[in-house]
Amino acid sequence: MPTKIVTTLTEHTSRFRASTDALGEIRKFVSGQARQYGFGEEDIDDIRLAVDEACTNIIKHAYEWRDDKYIYIRIAMHNNEMLVSIYDNGKSFDAGRYSVPALQDQLDQKKRGGYGIYLIRKLMDKVEYRKQRSRNEIRMTKKR
Amino acid sequence: MSTFEIQKRTLSQVTVIEIFGELDAHTAPKLEEEFQQLIRQKNVQIIVNGSGLEYISSAGLGVFMAYIEDIRSHGGDIKISNLKPKVYNVFDLLGFPTLYDILDTENDALEQFQDNT
Repeated sequence: MPTKIVTTLTEHTSRFRASTDALGEIRKFVSGQARQYGFGEEDIDDIRLAVDEACTNIIKHAYEWRDDKYIYIRIAMHNNEMLVSIYDNGKSFDAGRYSVPALQDQLDQKKRGGYGIYLIRKLMDKVEYRKQRSRNEIRMTKKR
Repeated sequence: MSTFEIQKRTLSQVTVIEIFGELDAHTAPKLEEEFQQLIRQKNVQIIVNGSGLEYISSAGLGVFMAYIEDIRSHGGDIKISNLKPKVYNVFDLLGFPTLYDILDTENDALEQFQDNT
């Protein structure tokens, strides 16, 4: 179960275990918030998938499958935009070095990964990465 | 927790895998095991009927990516059918329709296998 950290009228923060077990709960949390904020079903689908991709990347790459770690998700509504910040304390991600793999190349090499960031950028209006001491943040915005 | 189920049946030489629920990083290994087993058994003509699939992330799509070359090199294919529009959109975002047969119905997929034999 997520641990609720802050709940005000416009901002919610919850903590989730960094395990793929938690992905269903994470999707429920963000979809519920987006619905409360009045987003339509297509936008809710986009936000839910983007957050899942970001959290899956944290579980795999930042924490390298160590499920004693935590992911924090802060959601706020501001000027008709939903801001979703996802925090972790794992290995940081260098977004500048990311490039989208070509699907045919991935198939030829029997590879499967590398599309999470691409999807997040496609699905959300704005995506930023920040690092503050040992804490990484991916901040995504979706306009209503 | 994400829920995901697989039901399997055979339809004249073709294996139909019906998938239900949510295919994400947590549940993807279940589909992966199924593909591995089918390859071992040389049952490589596969239709994945996604009528019950409510959600897919790139971890789920990754399973389709990882096994397609093996399956095709054994003379088979994975054809995908009956996807809900919201799930099809995710396949489409990654360019799957150019490299995989994605059909409206299971019957369309079956006919494609039969046309090729």
